[in-house]
Parts: sequence; C-alpha cells; structure tokens
Amino acid sequence: MSSRALDISLIVNNERVEKRVDARTTLVDFLRDDLCLTGSHVGCEHGVCGACTVRVDGEIVRGCLMLAVQCDGAKVETIEGLSDSGEIADLQAAFEQRNALQCGFCTPGMLAAAQDLLKRAKKVPSRDEIRDHLSGNYCRCTGYHAIVDAVEAVAQGRAKGR
Amino acid sequence: MKPAPFAYTKAKTLKEAVTLLARHKDDARLLAGGQSLIATLNMRLSAPDLLIDINGIKNLNGIAKKGKYVEIGALARHAQVEHSDVIAKYAPLIALAMPHIGHPAIRNRGTFGGSIAFADPAAELPACLLALGGEIDIAGSRGKRTVKADNFFKGLFETALRPQEMITAVRVPAADKATRVGFAELARRHGDYAMVGLAASARNSGKGLTDVRLAYFGVGDTPVRAKKAEAALANGDADAAVKALDLDPHDDVQATGKTKKHLAGVLLRRVAKQLMETRG
Repeated sequence: MSSRALDISLIVNNERVEKRVDARTTLVDFLRDDLCLTGSHVGCEHGVCGACTVRVDGEIVRGCLMLAVQCDGAKVETIEGLSDSGEIADLQAAFEQRNALQCGFCTPGMLAAAQDLLKRAKKVPSRDEIRDHLSGNYCRCTGYHAIVDAVEAVAQGRAKGR
Repeated sequence: MKPAPFAYTKAKTLKEAVTLLARHKDDARLLAGGQSLIATLNMRLSAPDLLIDINGIKNLNGIAKKGKYVEIGALARHAQVEHSDVIAKYAPLIALAMPHIGHPAIRNRGTFGGSIAFADPAAELPACLLALGGEIDIAGSRGKRTVKADNFFKGLFETALRPQEMITAVRVPAADKATRVGFAELARRHGDYAMVGLAASARNSGKGLTDVRLAYFGVGDTPVRAKKAEAALANGDADAAVKALDLDPHDDVQATGKTKKHLAGVLLRRVAKQLMETRG
C-alpha cells in the first residue's frame, strides 16, 4: 500500500519515537519540526552544504537527502545525542579553544563528519585526509584552517590516549 | 524548498517494484540511494505522484567476481564499493573513481545502479562503465534484458531504460595482469561534479597499449569516447593523442568549452602516464 502519510517507529538519540509523518518530509525537517531537535541545520536542501549531517545506523548521511519514512526501524543520532553522550566532548572543546566556529551554523555537521573520520581512523589522519573527509561540509565564515587544526589536535590527543 | 506531496511505498521484491512501475509508469520514481532524486524533489525539478522505495529488496547489493566479470548489484552503495576487496583487485578503475564521488555522507547512501540510471553527464560511474566496456542488467514487467554500456547512454539524463524498467546489476570485465586503467578529474571542490573528467582502460600487450578506451565526462550530454585520441595513444604517443582529441565540449556554468578542451588534454597526459606505468 502506498500512502502520503505513514506511521514510523525509530530510535532517536537512544529514545524510541513513534510518529505519523508525511512521505515528503525529509529526515532533517522531521528532526527539527516534529522532534524539536534543532541542532541539525537546514542549509542548501540539496546535499551540497553538509549542515544537516546526522548519523543513521552508525553512518553519517545528509538529513536533507533522506526521507523520514526511510528511517522507520533505524537508529538516528543527532548533534544533541552526540553531545549528551560525551562522545565528541574533546572535539567540541577543541573547536572552542581553536576558534573553529564563528557563526556556528556549520558546526553540528562539521562535528558529525569529523567524528566519523576519527572514529574510523586507524592512525592519525593527515591534514589532507581531514580536508578530504570534511570536503562535503561548507563553512561560509571560511574558518577551515581552524577547523582542520581542531580535528588534527583531537586526532593526536586520542592517539596518545590509546 | 520542500518536495511537492507524493505517496510512498516500499517494494519488498523486484517483482513488486516492476509491477508498480508498470502500473504507474512516468508518475512514479524509484527511490534507491536518493542522493540525486531527493535533491531534485526538494528543488521541485521533479514531482512524481509515487515514490517506490527499492531499498528493501534483497540480493540487489552484492559485489562478486563471476567468471571473467565483476558483478555489482544495483543497490550496492558507493561506500560499500569503495571499500570492497573484490573491486580493488578486479575493478581497479572503479576503485580509483570512488573517492571522487560526492562526499562520505553521500557515498554512504548513493547506489551504483542509481548513478548509472540517473546518467548525469558529469558523473564518474557512467564514464567508468563506458571505459570498461561494461554491461547493464535490466528488469521490467516484460522480462529481463542486458544492454552494453556502449548503447546505454542516449542523451542528456537519457538512457536505454524504458519507463517501466529498472537496473538490477552491472558487469565489467575482471581485470587481469594485462589490464591498465587510469582516472583523473578536475573539480572546483573535491567531491563536486567534475568540470572535466577522464576514465580509461587499456591492455598492455608487452610492446605497447591495445584496446585503449578513453571515456570523458563533463564534456557533453553523455560520457563520450575520444576515439581518435585512443588510436594515437595505442601508438604510444601522448602528444599526438592530445592533438587528436576529438571532443567539442559546450560552455556550461563551470567553464567555457575552450577551457574544457584544454583541461581534457591536461587529463589525457595524466591518464596516459597511469596507463603506461607497469603494475606491481
């Protein structure tokens, strides 16, 4: 059966959520408008800017290029969840210390993308590797150097702690 | 912007998907990775009545060597292909192209079959398939068929797919010791669609290159073979190949045709070097 509105059940930041959503609602609009999780930002709405980056079943995705109905049964993690769990506390501290955010609009997406790199990295990534991995996230304040500095510092810090 | 309203259904089997397609025809769109489709819905460049989500169909995402071919399921995600040992060993051209496709978050969702079906003229995978002389398995309500990459890309976003058909898999010849591949592209930002790109394959005969296939992307309505340059390169002369480049790119938002032609030559020199390197 096809429908313009569907019931979905998913886990968002470790909490079970059951809602009826329009088929056309994107994941990021669902998170912001239905769940009031406004940390994920809506920028370009066509997959270019990365401001809406969230994790679905452990992998980063564009929140504007997935429909909420596609997340039925999935586990979604937003910046609110990543922040509350302490998983990225060191990244957040480094961003603050190194002034790696100015207006802050891109920051939730930057943090999610950076954590994705650091979580998978078997060794400290080079600055080029960091830039490559963050290439899908725009910072229109253009503070890229500070962002790469922060991610590199955390990568080195975590490697020492291992 | 936000998408216009549409209905959504999740097909559980291939049969269900093609039956729905046959019933709704052009009013329906298949939702695979959605990394181009949902963007066009958001921009209201497309406003179908129904989305048929095919992500729940089993056995459409395998990657395996089958005899002399490598078969990639239509629903194999770019990230899965990027990290596949089978692809690294037997389809090295695709392995080279993968990191250039979008960004990690896009590659986690985007599918191989979706990229081929969408047939963006500036995309990497259609050109790779053309360079490798691959083929495409297609299923429809009237049965299955296979189309060679040479005959698949028809025009701007236009392919041999009929409205009630879908791609189930693609196949490329498995690389062996004589296989040589090369890939290069120029984009304003890593991961963006290329201004100009080149995917190439050839065989090393011991004395030089044979079966040279140069497939450019971002220079026309489809991926384009540069056949005169292929012949020149088979003679081992990169300079002559650049001179012989039979491309006539149009101006677009990224660059003028003249610039693109120049860049095509730059890429040809880079790729020629890769093709002539001895593989370890």
